[in-house]
Amino acid sequence: MAGMIEVRNLSKTFVTKDADVEALQDINLSIQAGEIYGIICMSGAGKSTLVRCLNFLERPTSGTVEIEGKDLSTLSQKELRAKRAEIAMIFQHFNLLMQKNVIDNICFPLLYAGVSKKDGGKKGTMSKKEARKRAEELLEIVGMTEKAKAYPSQLSGGQKQRVAIARALAANPKILLCDEATSALDPQTTQSILQLLKQINKDYGITIVIITHEMSVVREICSHVAIIGGGHLVEQGRVSDIFTHPKTKEAKELIVKGRGEERRTLESHQRDLMKGKCCIRIVFSVNSSFEPVIANMVLRFGQPINILRADTKNVEGIARGEMILSLPDDVQVQADMKAYLIERGLDVEEVDGYVD
Amino acid sequence: MWTSEMTLMMWDGVKETLFMTLLSTLFGYLLGLPMGIALAVTDKNGIKPNAVVYKVLDVIANIVRSIPFLILLILIMPLTKMIVGRSYGTAATVVPLTFAAAPFIGRMIESSINEVDRGVIEAAQSMGASTMTIIIRVLLVEARTSILVGVTIALGTILGYSAMAGIVGGGGLGDIAMRYGYYRYESEIMLVAVVLLVVLVQIFQTVGMSMSVKLDRRKR
Repeated sequence: MAGMIEVRNLSKTFVTKDADVEALQDINLSIQAGEIYGIICMSGAGKSTLVRCLNFLERPTSGTVEIEGKDLSTLSQKELRAKRAEIAMIFQHFNLLMQKNVIDNICFPLLYAGVSKKDGGKKGTMSKKEARKRAEELLEIVGMTEKAKAYPSQLSGGQKQRVAIARALAANPKILLCDEATSALDPQTTQSILQLLKQINKDYGITIVIITHEMSVVREICSHVAIIGGGHLVEQGRVSDIFTHPKTKEAKELIVKGRGEERRTLESHQRDLMKGKCCIRIVFSVNSSFEPVIANMVLRFGQPINILRADTKNVEGIARGEMILSLPDDVQVQADMKAYLIERGLDVEEVDGYVD
Repeated sequence: MWTSEMTLMMWDGVKETLFMTLLSTLFGYLLGLPMGIALAVTDKNGIKPNAVVYKVLDVIANIVRSIPFLILLILIMPLTKMIVGRSYGTAATVVPLTFAAAPFIGRMIESSINEVDRGVIEAAQSMGASTMTIIIRVLLVEARTSILVGVTIALGTILGYSAMAGIVGGGGLGDIAMRYGYYRYESEIMLVAVVLLVVLVQIFQTVGMSMSVKLDRRKR
Protein backbone atom coordinates (compact mmCIF):
# COMPACT_ATOMS: atom_id res chain seq x y z
CA MET A 1 0.00 0.00 0.00
CA ALA A 2 1.31 3.39 -0.95
CA GLY A 3 1.71 5.62 2.06
CA MET A 4 0.74 9.20 2.71
CA ILE A 5 4.32 10.24 2.13
CA GLU A 6 6.68 8.14 0.04
CA VAL A 7 10.28 9.25 -0.21
CA ARG A 8 12.37 7.31 -2.68
CA ASN A 9 16.13 7.46 -3.14
CA LEU A 10 16.19 11.06 -2.09
CA SER A 11 19.54 12.83 -2.16
CA LYS A 12 20.39 16.46 -1.68
CA THR A 13 23.72 18.02 -2.44
CA PHE A 14 24.57 21.61 -1.69
CA VAL A 15 27.09 23.18 -4.01
CA THR A 16 29.32 25.58 -2.16
CA LYS A 17 32.44 27.39 -3.24
CA ASP A 18 34.82 24.98 -1.59
CA ALA A 19 33.13 21.64 -1.99
CA ASP A 20 29.87 19.87 -2.65
CA VAL A 21 28.17 18.95 0.59
CA GLU A 22 26.05 15.84 0.47
CA ALA A 23 23.46 16.61 3.13
CA LEU A 24 21.24 13.62 2.38
CA GLN A 25 22.00 10.43 0.52
CA ASP A 26 19.60 7.85 -0.75
CA ILE A 27 16.86 8.33 1.83
CA ASN A 28 13.80 6.05 1.60
CA LEU A 29 10.83 6.65 3.84
CA SER A 30 7.29 5.41 3.82
CA ILE A 31 4.93 7.25 6.11
CA GLN A 32 1.37 6.01 6.47
CA ALA A 33 -1.68 8.18 6.99
CA GLY A 34 -2.42 8.88 10.64
CA GLU A 35 1.04 8.04 11.93
CA ILE A 36 3.18 10.22 14.11
CA TYR A 37 6.51 9.70 12.45
CA GLY A 38 9.72 10.83 14.06
CA ILE A 39 12.84 11.60 12.12
CA ILE A 40 15.77 11.89 14.45
CA CYS A 41 19.22 13.05 13.54
CA MET A 42 22.23 13.61 15.65
CA SER A 43 23.97 16.88 14.95
CA GLY A 44 22.92 19.00 12.02
CA ALA A 45 22.83 16.01 9.70
CA GLY A 46 20.49 17.49 7.12
CA LYS A 47 17.28 17.15 9.10
CA SER A 48 15.99 20.58 8.19
CA THR A 49 16.79 19.81 4.58
CA LEU A 50 14.86 16.56 4.74
CA VAL A 51 11.71 18.13 6.16
CA ARG A 52 11.88 20.90 3.56
CA CYS A 53 12.13 18.31 0.82
CA LEU A 54 8.79 16.90 1.95
CA ASN A 55 6.97 20.04 0.80
CA PHE A 56 9.54 21.01 -1.82
CA LEU A 57 10.62 24.20 -0.10
CA GLU A 58 13.91 22.53 -0.93
CA ARG A 59 14.16 20.57 -4.18
CA PRO A 60 15.96 17.27 -3.86
CA THR A 61 18.99 16.80 -6.12
CA SER A 62 17.71 13.36 -7.03
CA GLY A 63 14.97 10.99 -5.97
CA THR A 64 11.26 11.57 -5.58
CA VAL A 65 8.78 12.67 -2.96
CA GLU A 66 5.23 11.46 -3.36
CA ILE A 67 2.37 12.84 -1.31
CA GLU A 68 -0.75 10.69 -1.60
CA GLY A 69 0.66 9.14 -4.74
CA LYS A 70 1.45 12.49 -6.39
CA ASP A 71 5.07 13.06 -7.33
CA LEU A 72 5.82 16.62 -6.26
CA SER A 73 8.42 17.16 -8.97
CA THR A 74 5.78 16.72 -11.69
CA LEU A 75 3.58 19.52 -10.34
CA SER A 76 3.48 23.03 -11.77
CA GLN A 77 4.22 25.96 -9.50
CA LYS A 78 0.52 26.52 -8.98
CA GLU A 79 -0.26 22.88 -8.29
CA LEU A 80 2.67 22.75 -5.91
CA ARG A 81 1.33 25.74 -3.99
CA ALA A 82 -2.09 24.11 -3.78
CA LYS A 83 -0.43 20.94 -2.46
CA ARG A 84 1.56 22.89 0.10
CA ALA A 85 -1.67 24.25 1.52
CA GLU A 86 -2.41 20.64 2.51
CA ILE A 87 0.98 20.18 4.15
CA ALA A 88 1.21 22.47 7.14
CA MET A 89 4.45 23.17 8.90
CA ILE A 90 5.56 24.44 12.29
CA PHE A 91 9.03 25.65 13.12
CA GLN A 92 11.59 25.86 15.89
CA HIS A 93 11.31 29.63 16.03
CA PHE A 94 7.54 29.72 15.44
CA ASN A 95 7.81 32.15 12.50
CA LEU A 96 4.72 34.19 13.24
CA LEU A 97 4.12 37.59 11.71
CA MET A 98 5.43 39.89 14.42
CA GLN A 99 3.40 42.87 13.23
CA LYS A 100 0.08 41.03 13.28
CA ASN A 101 -1.92 39.90 16.28
CA VAL A 102 -2.73 36.30 17.06
CA ILE A 103 -6.06 36.15 15.27
CA ASP A 104 -4.69 37.81 12.10
CA ASN A 105 -1.80 35.36 12.09
CA ILE A 106 -4.20 32.45 12.10
CA CYS A 107 -6.36 34.07 9.42
CA PHE A 108 -3.36 34.37 7.10
CA PRO A 109 -3.56 30.91 5.50
CA LEU A 110 -7.35 31.19 5.34
CA LEU A 111 -7.39 34.47 3.47
CA TYR A 112 -4.18 34.79 1.55
CA ALA A 113 -2.31 31.55 1.13
CA GLY A 114 -2.85 28.75 -1.31
CA VAL A 115 -4.25 28.98 -4.81
CA SER A 116 -7.17 31.20 -5.75
CA LYS A 117 -10.62 29.84 -6.44
CA LYS A 118 -10.51 30.28 -10.18
CA ASP A 119 -7.45 28.05 -10.32
CA GLY A 120 -9.18 25.34 -8.37
CA GLY A 121 -7.92 26.35 -4.94
CA LYS A 122 -9.65 27.57 -1.83
CA LYS A 123 -8.07 31.00 -1.49
CA GLY A 124 -10.61 33.77 -1.52
CA THR A 125 -13.53 31.46 -0.79
CA MET A 126 -13.72 32.67 2.78
CA SER A 127 -14.92 36.08 3.87
CA LYS A 128 -12.98 37.92 6.55
CA LYS A 129 -15.78 37.21 8.98
CA GLU A 130 -15.80 33.46 8.32
CA ALA A 131 -12.02 33.34 8.60
CA ARG A 132 -12.21 35.10 11.95
CA LYS A 133 -14.77 32.63 13.21
CA ARG A 134 -12.66 29.68 12.12
CA ALA A 135 -9.59 31.27 13.71
CA GLU A 136 -11.45 31.61 16.98
CA GLU A 137 -12.39 27.93 16.88
CA LEU A 138 -8.77 27.03 16.28
CA LEU A 139 -7.66 29.20 19.18
CA GLU A 140 -9.98 27.27 21.38
CA ILE A 141 -8.50 23.97 20.24
CA VAL A 142 -5.01 25.13 21.21
CA GLY A 143 -6.29 26.76 24.39
CA MET A 144 -5.37 30.34 23.60
CA THR A 145 -8.76 32.02 23.34
CA GLU A 146 -7.96 34.84 25.72
CA LYS A 147 -4.86 35.84 23.74
CA ALA A 148 -6.66 36.53 20.46
CA LYS A 149 -5.76 40.20 20.39
CA ALA A 150 -2.21 39.83 21.69
CA TYR A 151 0.86 40.28 19.51
CA PRO A 152 3.46 37.51 19.28
CA SER A 153 6.02 39.59 21.17
CA GLN A 154 3.72 39.49 24.19
CA LEU A 155 3.57 35.69 24.24
CA SER A 156 5.87 33.05 25.71
CA GLY A 157 7.55 30.48 23.50
CA GLY A 158 4.99 27.80 24.24
CA GLN A 159 2.12 30.18 23.54
CA LYS A 160 3.69 31.21 20.24
CA GLN A 161 4.00 27.58 19.23
CA ARG A 162 0.35 27.05 20.09
CA VAL A 163 -0.59 29.93 17.83
CA ALA A 164 1.65 28.49 15.12
CA ILE A 165 -0.13 25.15 15.49
CA ALA A 166 -3.51 26.85 15.21
CA ARG A 167 -2.28 28.60 12.06
CA ALA A 168 -1.02 25.30 10.68
CA LEU A 169 -4.39 23.65 11.30
CA ALA A 170 -6.34 26.48 9.70
CA ALA A 171 -6.29 25.14 6.17
CA ASN A 172 -7.34 21.63 7.26
CA PRO A 173 -4.06 20.01 6.33
CA LYS A 174 -3.56 16.29 5.90
CA ILE A 175 0.02 16.42 7.02
CA LEU A 176 1.75 18.46 9.71
CA LEU A 177 5.52 18.80 9.48
CA CYS A 178 7.27 19.80 12.69
CA ASP A 179 10.77 21.15 12.24
CA GLU A 180 12.41 21.01 15.69
CA ALA A 181 9.14 22.40 17.01
CA THR A 182 10.02 21.92 20.66
CA SER A 183 13.74 22.58 20.59
CA ALA A 184 13.42 26.18 21.72
CA LEU A 185 11.10 25.28 24.60
CA ASP A 186 11.74 24.19 28.18
CA PRO A 187 10.96 20.58 29.14
CA GLN A 188 7.58 21.32 30.69
CA THR A 189 6.36 23.38 27.74
CA THR A 190 7.71 20.72 25.41
CA GLN A 191 5.50 18.20 27.20
CA SER A 192 2.38 20.30 26.77
CA ILE A 193 3.08 20.96 23.09
CA LEU A 194 3.69 17.25 22.48
CA GLN A 195 0.41 16.41 24.21
CA LEU A 196 -1.35 18.93 21.98
CA LEU A 197 0.18 17.36 18.86
CA LYS A 198 -0.86 13.94 20.06
CA GLN A 199 -4.40 15.12 20.59
CA ILE A 200 -4.51 16.73 17.14
CA ASN A 201 -3.30 13.51 15.58
CA LYS A 202 -6.00 11.58 17.40
CA ASP A 203 -8.88 14.01 16.88
CA TYR A 204 -8.28 14.96 13.25
CA GLY A 205 -6.26 12.04 11.95
CA ILE A 206 -3.57 14.36 10.68
CA THR A 207 -0.34 12.62 9.79
CA ILE A 208 2.46 14.22 11.78
CA VAL A 209 6.13 14.17 10.87
CA ILE A 210 8.44 15.30 13.64
CA ILE A 211 12.02 16.21 12.98
CA THR A 212 14.05 16.42 16.15
CA HIS A 213 17.36 15.71 17.79
CA GLU A 214 15.74 14.81 21.10
CA MET A 215 15.15 11.13 21.68
CA SER A 216 12.71 11.96 24.46
CA VAL A 217 10.39 13.63 21.93
CA VAL A 218 10.33 10.56 19.73
CA ARG A 219 9.81 8.25 22.68
CA GLU A 220 7.01 10.42 24.00
CA ILE A 221 4.69 10.58 21.02
CA CYS A 222 6.00 8.89 17.88
CA SER A 223 4.77 5.55 16.66
CA HIS A 224 7.51 5.18 14.07
CA VAL A 225 10.96 6.57 13.80
CA ALA A 226 13.71 6.94 11.22
CA ILE A 227 17.23 7.56 12.37
CA ILE A 228 19.44 9.62 10.10
CA GLY A 229 23.17 9.58 10.64
CA GLY A 230 25.75 11.22 8.41
CA GLY A 231 23.14 11.95 5.75
CA HIS A 232 22.10 8.29 5.53
CA LEU A 233 19.04 6.54 6.79
CA VAL A 234 20.51 4.09 9.29
CA GLU A 235 17.46 2.52 10.87
CA GLN A 236 13.71 2.84 10.79
CA GLY A 237 10.74 1.08 12.26
CA ARG A 238 8.35 1.10 15.20
CA VAL A 239 9.64 3.17 18.09
CA SER A 240 9.01 0.35 20.58
CA ASP A 241 11.05 -2.11 18.47
CA ILE A 242 13.98 0.22 18.04
CA PHE A 243 13.98 1.04 21.72
CA THR A 244 14.09 -2.56 22.78
CA HIS A 245 16.26 -3.92 19.99
CA PRO A 246 18.37 -1.20 18.44
CA LYS A 247 20.36 -2.78 15.63
CA THR A 248 22.76 -0.10 14.57
CA LYS A 249 25.47 1.77 16.42
CA GLU A 250 23.69 5.07 15.83
CA ALA A 251 20.43 3.84 17.30
CA LYS A 252 22.20 2.54 20.37
CA GLU A 253 24.04 5.79 20.83
CA LEU A 254 20.84 7.76 20.57
CA ILE A 255 19.11 5.64 23.16
CA VAL A 256 21.99 6.00 25.59
CA LYS A 257 22.15 9.72 24.95
CA GLY A 258 18.40 9.94 25.33
CA ARG A 259 18.63 8.70 28.91
CA GLY A 260 20.10 11.98 30.04
CA GLU A 261 17.19 13.89 28.55
CA GLU A 262 14.62 11.45 29.81
CA ARG A 263 15.56 11.90 33.40
CA ARG A 264 13.77 15.23 33.45
CA THR A 265 10.59 13.80 32.02
CA LEU A 266 10.73 10.82 34.32
CA GLU A 267 10.72 13.10 37.30
CA SER A 268 7.06 13.98 37.17
CA HIS A 269 6.15 10.36 36.80
CA GLN A 270 8.36 9.46 39.74
CA ARG A 271 6.93 12.22 41.81
CA ASP A 272 3.49 10.67 41.42
CA LEU A 273 4.80 7.33 42.59
CA MET A 274 6.47 8.89 45.58
CA LYS A 275 3.45 10.78 46.77
CA GLY A 276 2.50 9.69 50.27
CA LYS A 277 5.31 7.14 50.37
CA CYS A 278 8.43 7.21 52.41
CA CYS A 279 11.26 7.34 49.95
CA ILE A 280 14.95 7.32 50.51
CA ARG A 281 17.93 7.86 48.33
CA ILE A 282 20.93 5.72 49.03
CA VAL A 283 24.39 6.06 47.60
CA PHE A 284 26.80 3.15 47.41
CA SER A 285 30.40 3.94 47.90
CA VAL A 286 32.87 1.61 46.22
CA ASN A 287 33.35 -0.83 49.09
CA SER A 288 29.74 -1.54 49.88
CA SER A 289 29.06 -3.18 46.55
CA PHE A 290 30.55 -6.48 47.75
CA GLU A 291 27.50 -7.23 49.81
CA PRO A 292 24.03 -7.61 48.23
CA VAL A 293 22.62 -5.05 50.67
CA ILE A 294 19.15 -4.62 49.27
CA ALA A 295 18.51 -8.31 48.84
CA ASN A 296 19.73 -9.02 52.37
CA MET A 297 17.58 -6.27 53.78
CA VAL A 298 14.46 -7.58 52.12
CA LEU A 299 15.20 -11.08 53.41
CA ARG A 300 15.86 -9.85 56.90
CA PHE A 301 12.73 -7.70 57.30
CA GLY A 302 10.52 -9.86 55.15
CA GLN A 303 8.98 -6.73 53.64
CA PRO A 304 9.05 -5.76 49.97
CA ILE A 305 10.63 -2.52 48.87
CA ASN A 306 10.17 -0.79 45.59
CA ILE A 307 13.17 0.35 43.56
CA LEU A 308 12.06 3.54 41.83
CA ARG A 309 15.34 4.28 40.20
CA ALA A 310 18.81 2.86 40.04
CA ASP A 311 21.69 4.51 38.35
CA THR A 312 25.41 4.90 38.41
CA LYS A 313 26.83 8.36 38.59
CA ASN A 314 30.29 9.50 37.95
CA VAL A 315 31.28 11.63 40.93
CA GLU A 316 34.80 13.01 40.87
CA GLY A 317 35.91 10.21 38.64
CA ILE A 318 34.51 7.42 40.83
CA ALA A 319 31.43 5.50 39.78
CA ARG A 320 28.86 5.55 42.55
CA GLY A 321 25.64 3.63 42.60
CA GLU A 322 22.53 5.53 43.44
CA MET A 323 19.09 4.17 44.19
CA ILE A 324 15.76 5.61 45.09
CA LEU A 325 13.75 3.22 47.23
CA SER A 326 10.18 3.37 48.32
CA LEU A 327 9.88 1.80 51.79
CA PRO A 328 6.92 -0.06 53.32
CA ASP A 329 4.28 2.04 55.08
CA ASP A 330 5.06 0.76 58.60
CA VAL A 331 6.94 3.55 60.36
CA GLN A 332 8.83 1.18 62.63
CA VAL A 333 10.04 -0.89 59.69
CA GLN A 334 11.08 2.27 57.89
CA ALA A 335 13.25 3.37 60.79
CA ASP A 336 14.75 -0.09 61.13
CA MET A 337 15.56 -0.30 57.46
CA LYS A 338 17.26 3.07 57.49
CA ALA A 339 19.31 2.08 60.48
CA TYR A 340 20.20 -1.18 58.74
CA LEU A 341 21.45 0.62 55.66
CA ILE A 342 23.43 3.19 57.61
CA GLU A 343 25.02 0.38 59.59
CA ARG A 344 26.33 -0.99 56.32
CA GLY A 345 28.08 2.22 55.44
CA LEU A 346 25.58 3.60 52.97
CA ASP A 347 24.58 7.22 52.72
CA VAL A 348 20.86 7.44 53.36
CA GLU A 349 18.79 10.49 52.71
CA GLU A 350 15.07 10.97 52.79
CA VAL A 351 13.66 12.44 49.59
CA ASP A 352 10.26 13.88 49.06
CA GLY A 353 9.36 14.75 45.56
CA TYR A 354 12.55 16.17 44.23
CA VAL A 355 15.02 13.90 42.53
CA ASP A 356 18.02 15.43 40.90
CA MET B 1 15.49 95.70 8.93
CA TRP B 2 12.87 92.96 8.98
CA THR B 3 9.82 93.88 6.96
CA SER B 4 6.48 92.24 6.50
CA GLU B 5 7.47 91.46 2.90
CA MET B 6 10.29 89.37 4.26
CA THR B 7 7.93 87.43 6.50
CA LEU B 8 5.74 86.83 3.49
CA MET B 9 8.76 85.70 1.48
CA MET B 10 9.76 83.29 4.22
CA TRP B 11 6.24 81.90 4.37
CA ASP B 12 6.30 81.37 0.60
CA GLY B 13 9.69 79.73 0.98
CA VAL B 14 8.34 77.30 3.54
CA LYS B 15 5.40 76.44 1.32
CA GLU B 16 7.61 75.92 -1.75
CA THR B 17 10.05 73.78 0.17
CA LEU B 18 7.24 71.64 1.55
CA PHE B 19 5.67 71.36 -1.89
CA MET B 20 8.93 70.19 -3.48
CA THR B 21 9.90 67.86 -0.67
CA LEU B 22 6.57 66.15 -0.16
CA LEU B 23 5.74 65.80 -3.84
CA SER B 24 9.21 64.50 -4.72
CA THR B 25 9.13 62.05 -1.86
CA LEU B 26 5.73 60.81 -2.99
CA PHE B 27 6.87 60.35 -6.61
CA GLY B 28 10.18 59.02 -5.35
CA TYR B 29 8.33 56.25 -3.53
CA LEU B 30 6.12 55.53 -6.53
CA LEU B 31 9.31 54.67 -8.41
CA GLY B 32 11.54 53.58 -5.54
CA LEU B 33 9.14 51.24 -3.77
CA PRO B 34 8.66 48.85 -6.71
CA MET B 35 12.36 49.17 -7.47
CA GLY B 36 13.36 48.29 -3.91
CA ILE B 37 10.92 45.39 -3.80
CA ALA B 38 12.26 44.11 -7.11
CA LEU B 39 15.83 44.41 -5.84
CA ALA B 40 15.07 42.47 -2.65
CA VAL B 41 12.96 39.82 -4.35
CA THR B 42 15.34 39.11 -7.25
CA ASP B 43 18.42 39.09 -5.02
CA LYS B 44 20.16 35.72 -5.00
CA ASN B 45 18.84 35.17 -1.48
CA GLY B 46 15.44 36.64 -2.34
CA ILE B 47 12.18 34.78 -2.80
CA LYS B 48 12.44 34.82 -6.60
CA PRO B 49 16.09 35.15 -7.55
CA ASN B 50 16.74 36.62 -10.98
CA ALA B 51 20.33 37.60 -11.65
CA VAL B 52 19.57 39.67 -14.78
CA VAL B 53 16.81 41.81 -13.28
CA TYR B 54 18.81 42.32 -10.11
CA LYS B 55 21.97 43.35 -11.95
CA VAL B 56 20.14 45.82 -14.21
CA LEU B 57 18.39 47.52 -11.27
CA ASP B 58 21.57 47.40 -9.24
CA VAL B 59 23.55 49.22 -11.94
CA ILE B 60 20.82 51.81 -12.52
CA ALA B 61 20.64 52.54 -8.82
CA ASN B 62 24.40 52.91 -8.55
CA ILE B 63 24.73 55.15 -11.61
CA VAL B 64 21.99 57.55 -10.61
CA ARG B 65 23.18 57.69 -7.03
CA SER B 66 26.74 58.49 -8.05
CA ILE B 67 25.72 61.57 -10.05
CA PRO B 68 25.80 64.66 -7.81
CA PHE B 69 22.34 66.15 -7.54
CA LEU B 70 23.42 69.49 -8.97
CA ILE B 71 24.68 67.76 -12.13
CA LEU B 72 21.60 65.54 -12.38
CA LEU B 73 19.45 68.65 -12.15
CA ILE B 74 21.10 70.10 -15.25
CA LEU B 75 21.54 66.77 -17.02
CA ILE B 76 17.87 65.91 -17.16
CA MET B 77 16.60 69.40 -18.00
CA PRO B 78 15.28 68.27 -21.42
CA LEU B 79 13.29 65.53 -19.70
CA THR B 80 12.02 68.00 -17.12
CA LYS B 81 10.87 70.32 -19.89
CA MET B 82 9.06 67.43 -21.56
CA ILE B 83 7.24 66.46 -18.38
CA VAL B 84 6.45 69.81 -16.76
CA GLY B 85 6.55 72.03 -19.79
CA ARG B 86 9.45 74.17 -18.63
CA SER B 87 12.81 73.56 -17.04
CA TYR B 88 12.69 76.16 -14.26
CA GLY B 89 10.50 76.88 -11.27
CA THR B 90 9.33 74.97 -8.26
CA ALA B 91 7.29 72.37 -10.14
CA ALA B 92 10.18 71.70 -12.50
CA THR B 93 12.47 70.93 -9.54
CA VAL B 94 10.24 68.05 -8.54
CA VAL B 95 11.37 66.05 -11.58
CA PRO B 96 15.11 65.88 -10.86
CA LEU B 97 14.36 65.53 -7.16
CA THR B 98 12.20 62.51 -7.88
CA PHE B 99 14.85 60.91 -10.07
CA ALA B 100 17.53 61.55 -7.50
CA ALA B 101 15.38 60.20 -4.69
CA ALA B 102 14.03 57.04 -6.38
CA PRO B 103 17.19 54.89 -6.38
CA PHE B 104 18.07 56.10 -2.91
CA ILE B 105 14.60 55.13 -1.71
CA GLY B 106 14.87 51.85 -3.62
CA ARG B 107 18.03 50.97 -1.72
CA MET B 108 16.40 51.75 1.60
CA ILE B 109 13.35 49.64 0.76
CA GLU B 110 15.66 46.83 -0.32
CA SER B 111 17.50 46.87 2.97
CA SER B 112 14.27 47.14 4.98
CA ILE B 113 12.87 44.07 3.23
CA ASN B 114 16.11 42.15 3.61
CA GLU B 115 15.75 42.58 7.36
CA VAL B 116 12.54 40.55 7.39
CA ASP B 117 13.04 37.22 9.16
CA ARG B 118 13.58 34.45 6.61
CA GLY B 119 11.63 32.06 8.77
CA VAL B 120 8.43 34.07 8.45
CA ILE B 121 8.82 34.09 4.67
CA GLU B 122 9.42 30.36 4.72
CA ALA B 123 6.29 29.86 6.81
CA ALA B 124 4.25 31.73 4.20
CA GLN B 125 5.82 29.66 1.43
CA SER B 126 5.00 26.49 3.31
CA MET B 127 1.36 27.57 3.35
CA GLY B 128 1.43 27.86 -0.41
CA ALA B 129 1.45 31.66 -0.61
CA SER B 130 2.39 33.14 -3.99
CA THR B 131 5.28 35.54 -4.48
CA MET B 132 2.88 38.47 -4.80
CA THR B 133 1.05 37.48 -1.61
CA ILE B 134 4.33 37.20 0.25
CA ILE B 135 5.42 40.65 -0.94
CA ILE B 136 2.18 42.36 0.03
CA ARG B 137 1.13 40.37 3.08
CA VAL B 138 4.46 39.44 4.60
CA LEU B 139 7.40 41.53 3.41
CA LEU B 140 5.77 44.96 3.41
CA VAL B 141 3.87 44.24 6.63
CA GLU B 142 6.85 42.96 8.57
CA ALA B 143 9.18 45.67 7.21
CA ARG B 144 6.66 48.42 7.97
CA THR B 145 8.55 50.00 10.84
CA SER B 146 11.84 50.00 9.02
CA ILE B 147 10.21 51.43 5.88
CA LEU B 148 8.71 54.27 7.90
CA VAL B 149 12.10 55.09 9.36
CA GLY B 150 13.29 55.15 5.75
CA VAL B 151 10.57 57.66 4.82
CA THR B 152 11.80 59.92 7.58
CA ILE B 153 15.35 59.73 6.32
CA ALA B 154 14.23 60.24 2.72
CA LEU B 155 12.26 63.37 3.64
CA GLY B 156 15.29 64.89 5.33
CA THR B 157 17.59 64.08 2.43
CA ILE B 158 15.19 65.34 -0.24
CA LEU B 159 14.63 68.51 1.75
CA GLY B 160 18.39 69.01 1.65
CA TYR B 161 18.49 68.43 -2.11
CA SER B 162 15.64 70.85 -2.64
CA ALA B 163 17.82 73.64 -1.27
CA MET B 164 19.82 73.40 -4.48
CA ALA B 165 16.73 74.17 -6.49
CA GLY B 166 17.73 77.83 -6.43
CA ILE B 167 19.99 77.07 -9.41
CA VAL B 168 16.93 76.67 -11.62
CA GLY B 169 14.89 79.31 -9.87
CA GLY B 170 13.08 76.65 -7.95
CA GLY B 171 12.28 78.72 -4.93
CA GLY B 172 12.00 77.47 -1.40
CA LEU B 173 13.99 78.22 1.72
CA GLY B 174 17.29 77.05 0.28
CA ASP B 175 16.88 79.42 -2.63
CA ILE B 176 16.24 82.33 -0.26
CA ALA B 177 19.21 81.44 1.90
CA MET B 178 21.50 81.34 -1.11
CA ARG B 179 20.24 84.48 -2.78
CA TYR B 180 20.35 86.63 0.34
CA GLY B 181 23.20 85.02 2.20
CA TYR B 182 25.60 84.16 -0.61
CA TYR B 183 24.92 86.80 -3.27
CA ARG B 184 23.84 89.76 -1.14
CA TYR B 185 25.57 89.21 2.19
CA GLU B 186 22.33 89.62 4.12
CA SER B 187 23.22 86.98 6.64
CA GLU B 188 20.28 87.46 8.99
CA ILE B 189 17.84 86.51 6.24
CA MET B 190 19.97 83.48 5.47
CA LEU B 191 20.02 82.61 9.15
CA VAL B 192 16.25 82.75 9.41
CA ALA B 193 15.89 80.56 6.32
CA VAL B 194 18.35 78.04 7.72
CA VAL B 195 16.58 77.98 11.08
CA LEU B 196 13.30 77.31 9.28
CA LEU B 197 14.93 74.46 7.36
CA VAL B 198 16.19 72.97 10.62
CA VAL B 199 12.73 73.26 12.16
CA LEU B 200 11.18 71.47 9.16
CA VAL B 201 13.65 68.60 9.36
CA GLN B 202 13.00 68.33 13.10
CA ILE B 203 9.27 68.10 12.52
CA PHE B 204 9.65 65.40 9.86
CA GLN B 205 12.01 63.46 12.06
CA THR B 206 9.84 63.61 15.16
CA VAL B 207 6.60 62.77 13.39
CA GLY B 208 8.19 59.98 11.33
CA MET B 209 9.90 58.30 14.23
CA SER B 210 6.92 58.47 16.56
CA MET B 211 4.74 56.98 13.85
CA SER B 212 7.12 54.11 13.20
CA VAL B 213 7.37 53.37 16.92
CA LYS B 214 3.63 53.56 17.31
CA LEU B 215 3.04 51.12 14.49
CA ASP B 216 5.65 48.64 15.69
CA ARG B 217 4.01 45.64 17.37
CA ARG B 218 7.20 43.87 18.31
CA LYS B 219 7.64 45.40 21.74
CA ARG B 220 5.36 46.69 24.39
